[in-house]
Parts: sequence; structure tokens; C-alpha cells
Amino acid sequence: MTRMLPVLTVLAAVTIIWYAAALWMNADQAASLAPEGASQADILRRALDLDRPLLPAPHQVVAEMIDGVFDHPVTSVRSLIYHAGVTAGAAAVGFALALVLGLALAVGIVHVRMLDRSLMPWIIASQTIPVLAIAPMVVVVLGNAGVTGLIPKALIAGWLSFFPITAGMVTGLRAPDPMQRDLMRTYSATGWQVFSRLRWPASMPFLFPALKVAASLSLVGAIVAELPTGAQAGLGARLLTGSYYGQTLQIWAALFMAALLALAAIAMVDLARTLVVRGRGGRL
Amino acid sequence: MSGVATTLLLIAATGTGALLMALSSRSDRLAARVATPLIFGVLIIAVWEIACRGFGIPRVLLPPPSEIAHALGADRDTLAADFRQTFVRSVIPGWVIGNAAGLGAAILLDRSDFLRRGALPLGSLVAAMPIVGIAPIMVMWFGFDWPSKAAVIVVMTFFPMLVNALAGLAEAGAMERDLMRSYAAGYWSTLLKLRLPAALPFVFNALKLNSTLALIGGIVAEFFGTPIVGMGFRISTEVAKMNLDIVWAEIAIASVLGCASFAVLALIERAATFWHPSFRR
Repeated sequence: MTRMLPVLTVLAAVTIIWYAAALWMNADQAASLAPEGASQADILRRALDLDRPLLPAPHQVVAEMIDGVFDHPVTSVRSLIYHAGVTAGAAAVGFALALVLGLALAVGIVHVRMLDRSLMPWIIASQTIPVLAIAPMVVVVLGNAGVTGLIPKALIAGWLSFFPITAGMVTGLRAPDPMQRDLMRTYSATGWQVFSRLRWPASMPFLFPALKVAASLSLVGAIVAELPTGAQAGLGARLLTGSYYGQTLQIWAALFMAALLALAAIAMVDLARTLVVRGRGGRL
Repeated sequence: MSGVATTLLLIAATGTGALLMALSSRSDRLAARVATPLIFGVLIIAVWEIACRGFGIPRVLLPPPSEIAHALGADRDTLAADFRQTFVRSVIPGWVIGNAAGLGAAILLDRSDFLRRGALPLGSLVAAMPIVGIAPIMVMWFGFDWPSKAAVIVVMTFFPMLVNALAGLAEAGAMERDLMRSYAAGYWSTLLKLRLPAALPFVFNALKLNSTLALIGGIVAEFFGTPIVGMGFRISTEVAKMNLDIVWAEIAIASVLGCASFAVLALIERAATFWHPSFRR
């Protein structure tokens, strides 16, 4: 409770500021829509209940989300669960790709000196490139080649999220100090034994923070990759159609759904971490 | 004819490159450290060119590097206008305002331990969220031109700076703070002379991270509506028209901008935090 209290206070402050901002920003529109001679209080009430508010009030966003989640079957295109599922699927496949590629690159870089020299600077440079800028091109070009649907989105999500895993694991696999490696040598341990009994366990504290970053990045990648496909399905598509038709509530609901997905992804990484900690007798 | 000659030349270059790479990886000198990635890069570009010309990859799928270089020269007026719109008008102001606001908020929140403990978990949570998604809302609020893009960048850069600066302000040790107290230093002189300098490595971390984020935000925000200029606008419209050479030219410019911003910040960091263990020999 002592840990939650400050968080809850800040949350409450944010909500109050949000309501105040909603009243302030929507007042003009509410006044223009209100009937002649409406009282000030009536206008303020309308400001929190507009169809296309400039800034929807928190309870409107929550109501829109509840409507999207519960009031439509999950297969309907009006269901938020359906769109969240499309995005989450692409992000999850992308994350899996990133995990495989990221781990493979890290193992290669740590064990092969030439890869370290030639690959690492380019991997770092590839991250200063705005990868998301390439997203529309990858989607359109792959679409022309006949590859559509989940795969292009997963590729972008994976491309965006492999770097934190590679960077974290390169540091992690190098975490054992020379003394420990020397000890393994005196045991005449094979390369595989050094890897599986020393390097891999030592890298675990670096793996999970990297996985958290990668999980949220893969979600961003999946959402942005949905923008250029003509907005068929997914949270990115909801954002785009909402922006075309001025449906602010739809935009905010999609945004909050994306935030919930990010939370769920981070919680899953935390769960995996807890399981590993438990499996290793209570410490990482 | 010239196509065949170029291909042969490139194959020869590839062979030499591979040889040099094998040789240079044996030595530990600085030259080798620079040369290996350089040769690797040249090799990639050579393979790319050969693959495009030799195996007839359609240029709507992947244009060869030579055509991208040609587009960089031929369309330089368009590219320069896009650079001004995206980088100078939206990325730089957004990045400056976002970082300044984040740092300011961190200093304010830091005065109260209660608020700090409330804001830190929420800040790191928001920093992990897909914030680019607010672009359509900002377009609605601030219009199609650069202010809406700058606003997206402000929000994207605010939280990483807030979280990092808060962690950095907690970095100065109890011993150093006691020393400042024994000098009868007040809050402000302690902040300016001890705690902000001690927070600098964290602040620079956020600045570097944010430079990439800001570029991404500026480009992606333009996918949601923009006047007919800007790097993100150009990428999304030219992709639809299958003019991939100019798209790749924009991407090349964006990469150079990303690398250059990062390098400039890293140099400033080196000069400003020369005392930090990671830079000391």
C-alpha cells in the first residue's frame, strides 16, 4: 500500500487535469451545439458527452472500450478484441523472430571475433536508422510480391525489436569475468560447457530487461506496419480510420487498447522472469 | 556492355574486400577496427548491386544502390525541402522542447519524494507504450503542418527524459550531499554544482535515445496527414507510386541524420562528462 499510494495520487491528479482539459477544450463545440439559452452548467455537461470531442473525457474512453470489448462478437470488425488480436498476433510472431535472431546474433558475436568486428558496428548503425520509416515500403513491396497479412507486419516488428536482445545478450554473455572463465578452463570444460554452465546463466539478468524493451517495440512495429495496408484490421488500422473520419473516441479507445497490450506483454516477460528465478532457486 | 563490365568490376572488388577483411581481422590496431566494418559495408553494397543487376531483381522490389545514388543527386531539391520540413521544423524543436520539459518535470518532481515515487513507475510505463499512436490526435489538435509533428515528438521524448533524469538526480551520493551541506550550500547550488552534473550521464543517455525516437516520430506522424512535403509524406506517397529509388534516398538521408545526431551527442557527452568512469582510461 505504501508503494501504491504515491502512484494512485499521481494517477488521480492526471485524471483531474484530464477532466479540466476536456471541459476547456470541448467548451466551444458544446456551446455551438447546445440549444439557444442553455445554462452554463448544461453546456459543461454536454462538453463531457460529445460525439466527436476534441478531447474525450476519461469516462467516455472507458465506455467506448467497454462497448468495443463486450458488445460485439470477437469476430466482428467492430470488436476491439478482434483488432487487438490481429495486432498482438503480428507483434508476437515478430517478437519470436526477434528472439531467435537476437540470440543467434549475440551468440555469434560473442564467439566469433570476425563477426564482432564486422557485424556489431553495423547492428548499432542499423538502430540509428528510423526503421519504422521503412515499414510502408516493406509492406507495399512484399504485398506486390504476393506476401500479405501477418508476415510483413511480423517482419517489421521483429526487425525493430531484435536489437535490444542482441545488445543485452552480448553484454550478458560477456558478463563472466576472466577469473571465472579461467576456472572453467582448469576444469577443462568444453566450449559448449562454458556456454551452457557459465555464459548463459550469467546472461539472464541482462535478458529480461532487454525482452521488456523488445516486447514494447514489437508492438509499436506491428501498429505502424498496419498503417499503409489500406487500414483493414488491427489497432493501427483503427487509429487510421479514426483519424480519417474524425472519430476521436475510436482513436482513444484503440490507443488505450494498445497500452493494455503493452502492459500485458511486459507482465508476461515478468512472469517468465519469475519462473526462471524460481527454477534457479530464488535468484537471477 | 557497361552493365557486364560493372558487374565484373564489382565481383573483383568483392573478392578483394573479402581478402582484406580476413587479413585485417587478425590484427588489433585501430586501422583494423575501422577497416573491418567499412569493408563489410562496401561488401554489402557490392553484393546488393550485383544481385540487382546480375539476377534481374525487378527495380520495383529493390533498386540497386547506383540508382539510389542517382536519385540522391537528381531529386536533391525535393529531398532538401523534405529535410527542412521534417528535420529542421519538426524534429529539432520537438526534441528540444520534449527534453527540456522532461528535465524540468524531473527537477520539480524530485523535490518531493512522494511525487517522485508516484511518477517514476507511471513514467516508465508510459515510456514503454506505443506513443506514436497519438499522431492522429495531434493532427486534429494542431493541424496538418509541422506543429502537430513536433507535438508528437514532444510527448515521445518527454517520458524517457523524465525517467532517466529522475534516476540521474538520485545518483549523487549521501557523502557528497553532506559535503555540500557542510559548505552551507543551498538547494540550488547543490542542484547546479553537484546533482545536475552527477545526473549528466543519465541525461545524455536519454538525449541519445530521444534523438532516434524524435526522427521516428517525425516521420511516422507524417503518415497521418501532412502538407505535401516532408520525409514521411514522401516515403508513403512514393511507395504507392512505386518510385522506390527516391524512397531509398529518403531512408539513406534519415539514416545519415540518425547516425550524425547520435555521433554529435556522443561527442558532446564525452566533453561534458569526461570525469565519468566509462570515459576514463
